[in-house]
Amino acid sequence: METTILFAPLVGALICGFGWKLIGEQAAMWVSTGLLFLAAILSWVVFLTFEGPTEQIQILRFIESGTLSTDWAIRLDRLTAIMLIVVTTVSSLVHLYSFGYMAHDDNFKENESYRPRFFAYLSFFTFAMLMLVTADNLVQMFFGWEGVGVASYLLIGFYFRKPSANAAAIKAFVVNRVGDFGFALGIFALYLMTDSIRFDDIFAAAPDLANQTMTFLWADWNAANVIAFLLFVGAMGKSAQLFLHTWLPDAMEGPTPVSALIHAATMVTAGVFLVCRMSPLMEFAPEAMMFVTVIGATTAFFAATVGLVQTDIKRVIAYSTCSQLGYMFVAAGVGMYSAAMFHLFTHAFFKAMLFLGAGSVIHAMHHEQDMMNYGGLRKKIPYTFWAMMIGTLAITGVGIPLTHIGFAGFLSKDAIIESAWGGGSMYGFWLLVIAAAMTSFYSWRLMFLTFYGKPRGDKHTHEHAHESPMTMLVPLGVLAVGAIFAGMIWFKPFFGDHKYVAAFYDIPLATQGEAGDTHADGADDSEGSGDHGDEGDHGGHHDEFGGQPGEGALYFGPENHVLHEAHAAPKWVKVSPFIAMVLGFVMAMWFYIWNPTLPGRLAQNQLPLYLFLKNKWYFDELYDAIFVQPAKAIGRFLWKRGDGNVIDGTLNGVAMGIIPFFTRMAGKLQSGYIFTYAFAMVIGIAVLITWMTMTGGAN
Amino acid sequence: MISADLNIILPEIILSAFAMLGLMAAVYTTKDKMAGALVWATAALFVVLAAWIGLTGEGTQTAFNGMFNDDGFARFAKITILLSAAAVLVMSEGYMRARGILRFEYPMLVALSAVGMMMMVSAGDLMALYMGLELQSLALYVVASLRRDSVKSTEAGLKYFVLGALSSGLLLYGASLVYGYAGTTLFSGIITTAQSGETSLGLLFGLVFLISGMAFKVSAVPFHMWTPDVYEGAPTPITAFFATAPKVAAMGLFARVLHDGFGQAVGDWQQIVALLSVLSMFLGAVAAIGQTNIKRLMAFSSIAHMGYALMGLAAGTVLGVQAMLVYMAIYVTMNVGTFAFIMLMQKDGVPVTDISSLNLYARQNPGRALSMLVLLFSLAGVPPMLGFFGKLYVLRAAYEAGLVWLAVLGVIASVIGAYYYLRIVFYMYFGEEQSDTLDTGGSSLLAGFLIASALIMVVGVAGMFGVEGAAQAAAATLVN
Repeated sequence: METTILFAPLVGALICGFGWKLIGEQAAMWVSTGLLFLAAILSWVVFLTFEGPTEQIQILRFIESGTLSTDWAIRLDRLTAIMLIVVTTVSSLVHLYSFGYMAHDDNFKENESYRPRFFAYLSFFTFAMLMLVTADNLVQMFFGWEGVGVASYLLIGFYFRKPSANAAAIKAFVVNRVGDFGFALGIFALYLMTDSIRFDDIFAAAPDLANQTMTFLWADWNAANVIAFLLFVGAMGKSAQLFLHTWLPDAMEGPTPVSALIHAATMVTAGVFLVCRMSPLMEFAPEAMMFVTVIGATTAFFAATVGLVQTDIKRVIAYSTCSQLGYMFVAAGVGMYSAAMFHLFTHAFFKAMLFLGAGSVIHAMHHEQDMMNYGGLRKKIPYTFWAMMIGTLAITGVGIPLTHIGFAGFLSKDAIIESAWGGGSMYGFWLLVIAAAMTSFYSWRLMFLTFYGKPRGDKHTHEHAHESPMTMLVPLGVLAVGAIFAGMIWFKPFFGDHKYVAAFYDIPLATQGEAGDTHADGADDSEGSGDHGDEGDHGGHHDEFGGQPGEGALYFGPENHVLHEAHAAPKWVKVSPFIAMVLGFVMAMWFYIWNPTLPGRLAQNQLPLYLFLKNKWYFDELYDAIFVQPAKAIGRFLWKRGDGNVIDGTLNGVAMGIIPFFTRMAGKLQSGYIFTYAFAMVIGIAVLITWMTMTGGAN
Repeated sequence: MISADLNIILPEIILSAFAMLGLMAAVYTTKDKMAGALVWATAALFVVLAAWIGLTGEGTQTAFNGMFNDDGFARFAKITILLSAAAVLVMSEGYMRARGILRFEYPMLVALSAVGMMMMVSAGDLMALYMGLELQSLALYVVASLRRDSVKSTEAGLKYFVLGALSSGLLLYGASLVYGYAGTTLFSGIITTAQSGETSLGLLFGLVFLISGMAFKVSAVPFHMWTPDVYEGAPTPITAFFATAPKVAAMGLFARVLHDGFGQAVGDWQQIVALLSVLSMFLGAVAAIGQTNIKRLMAFSSIAHMGYALMGLAAGTVLGVQAMLVYMAIYVTMNVGTFAFIMLMQKDGVPVTDISSLNLYARQNPGRALSMLVLLFSLAGVPPMLGFFGKLYVLRAAYEAGLVWLAVLGVIASVIGAYYYLRIVFYMYFGEEQSDTLDTGGSSLLAGFLIASALIMVVGVAGMFGVEGAAQAAAATLVN
């Protein structure tokens, strides 16, 4: 069954990509979509029935070379199962949605076949993503990692006639190269230290790594920290974290379904998945984890600030994605991998929905993407409006404080903020709370600008705005269900009591005696009850996660009490995200409903700040000056001077100057007179004799 | 004893007797009228002898107290010589008849020179060596000036003769030096002298003179200068003959002397041979660029190719000799095809040798142009043609013998050399429009040779028709 899930998208991609001329466009698209739905259904079956320990399903023997021996196998555990449903569900819905969205496209000529290609790329992407999440070793994972990179490149640049799309595709590819280089170095380092790339071996060796040093660049470092850091650099690239985030907003050049699938729900979360997957190693790398937390929190804050002022509907959501990924990394960084996976899971639903909803708006508005030209669309496209509303409620985290009732984002985001508090990262906690307020603001801003107020922009376009076809609305409906209920249904296994989480991830619980003395202070016991209603087992004793690294899908070290601390957080901590959300909502109301002239005036008053945010903190300009221009200068130098002057010059000189000179000389020597010829022979023999005298015989 | 000896040299005896009888018969009967029949008969005899040598010969035998060797190496060289000579004879018959120069002496002289060549590759003694060499050369001098009424042809013959005499003198001088220092003319004796302690400088001087004489025969630089003039002046079929069988014989002789006579002093002659090799490769490549006459161009091409063959020899190993033999076999095959093409080049029945006449030949005759393209690529050493593998062989031999610099220079020279081969291809496919074009018809026999040769260059890549293994066995009998 797992093998079918893995290969169905590949088969779909191949049939659709290479066979559409034989079976026709529509048939090809339906084949790939149908296979994706098959994979999605099977994934849900796997997710709901899976409960046992980690399984390995061998597909074939992969690499045998010296001490490097590894299989190509599916590693099926809870992490994989979660990712399977996320990937296949969103992917199948996006396939369906694309029937409507890609039906007519002005970027292509009449009668030009682009749809099968699009579907083939989508299916190929899904296959690569599944390869990534089912990997049983790092090289296999790297294959999937690069596979999704290629698919992302192809899809961002899908409108290949647009120079901006090509530039964005190249940018995404190049920036990811930086991250992938780190990832590759991490793999090399792991192989160097543990002599294996298989997860089982690596996890078993993780405690030893913490006690070893390795030389990297100029100094000796703690091996676990270096490796965790390098792997995280890879994750930063894929998940668009600060410093390597610049490609994600530009990636919106791709068609909107692509943004929903790749740049919101699945590929960009691969970095989070990687960190969670490597939790047995991460647990032994405290400094690297600190770095993860800081980067995650800063990204969440940074992206939210930029999202405040963007006017392109897709870019707002893109920065929102970037910001939400920061949340996930904070959770992973403080050691609460389960909360990171929770947010990844719920985020996939509501963010995919927001993107698809935005796509529906764009579709309705004839590919107009600037929100300044929207307004008052509530009545024209009611279904889309409601879908977007649910998505917004989910992302801003609407729910009833101190209970477990609310939209998906409410539960998962609050879980992360509490984890940040529980993990003792005040930096992370406060930045995330502030970011939550900004999230609320820009999300509602998007809603108000798009659906409320008076129509702005081209009148003609507004008159012709129309609701999208069923193929586009059905996916929105399905995702809406997820965005509402996913959090409430799966709260306990992801962020409930130890015993639920442990059972969900198949983590052994530590025995009473071991756990008891590890945190005997007991200061947090008093507040254990009430919050989010987890009465749990605080009355008598604490359950703690136990087991060895590699047992179960996640590993929590003996020092890791974040879950406990998070549950024991004070009430004001637990309510703070809700307050932030309300604050953001009220601000948005004030700015865009009650006093619509205010934003313009504020921007005028605070022009430098406005421009700073509008220009995304000038990251692109900075990188352009520091990296791109020098690289281009070097390239130009090597091209004009190195290649043009030196290499071509040398070759041209030799081919057009020196050799013809010798040719003319040889021609002159060939005089036609016998005495010249005889003379040459005599000279020749004199030379040979001299040579022999000097080198031969006695010498 | 003597009957056993005679038995061993039976092929040579038969061929000599045939040549003399044929000469007498023609002189006393219909003279040139029976020349055509004689050509065919000679070619047939060549093929029969080649088959005989190939099928019956085995083991290593010596005759006349070691003056004559019959071993695997000699047999390999003889078969190559006889078959290529037969091919050239067959090709030349129609061409020479059309130009009125089909004389009955021609096949007889070729037969006699073939006897000389067979002697050369079998020589086990300096005397035998000289006998064979002169028999071959004298026949060739005459053949070169076969067209007596042509100034160019006679000039070619005369130049060849004078310079050949000079080189014979050098060779004889070397032989006498060797005899003086070794006390014997037998190779097997010379090698023991070299073995018993250090090779004396006198012996080495003798060797250098011997090498010079032989280098003249293979037209290695700086003893090559006769080649372009003779190739150009002689009638094309004769040029084809010069470019094939005698080169194999001289190379065989070269290897024979170096390994049988001086096999213990590899380090001493290796540098000399390598030097000749480098000079030949580069001069052949560089000088050919300036040529517009395809026959002169082929002369320089053959000089360059001899450089590569010498590279194999310079390695001084079994692999080196094997590489040289493989290279020569491929070279001969390529040249037969190429000269078949050159003989086909004519305008209104008059031979043309200017390469610019090939402008857009591909439009006129795509099949032949394609065959020629394959051959030229092969000559240049472009994979996957057989010529590439020949080069690869010698380069590997040189590399494994530690002559990395030689291999590197060989590659560079082949890059330069590729230019003039590809230029012909350029003319044939992308040249300029011109009013008077080459004749399209011509002998189907020649076209057959051209196409067969091109086919071998492509098909032969798989297994090389067993030449590889045969060459290895042959090389193993020579080097020990």
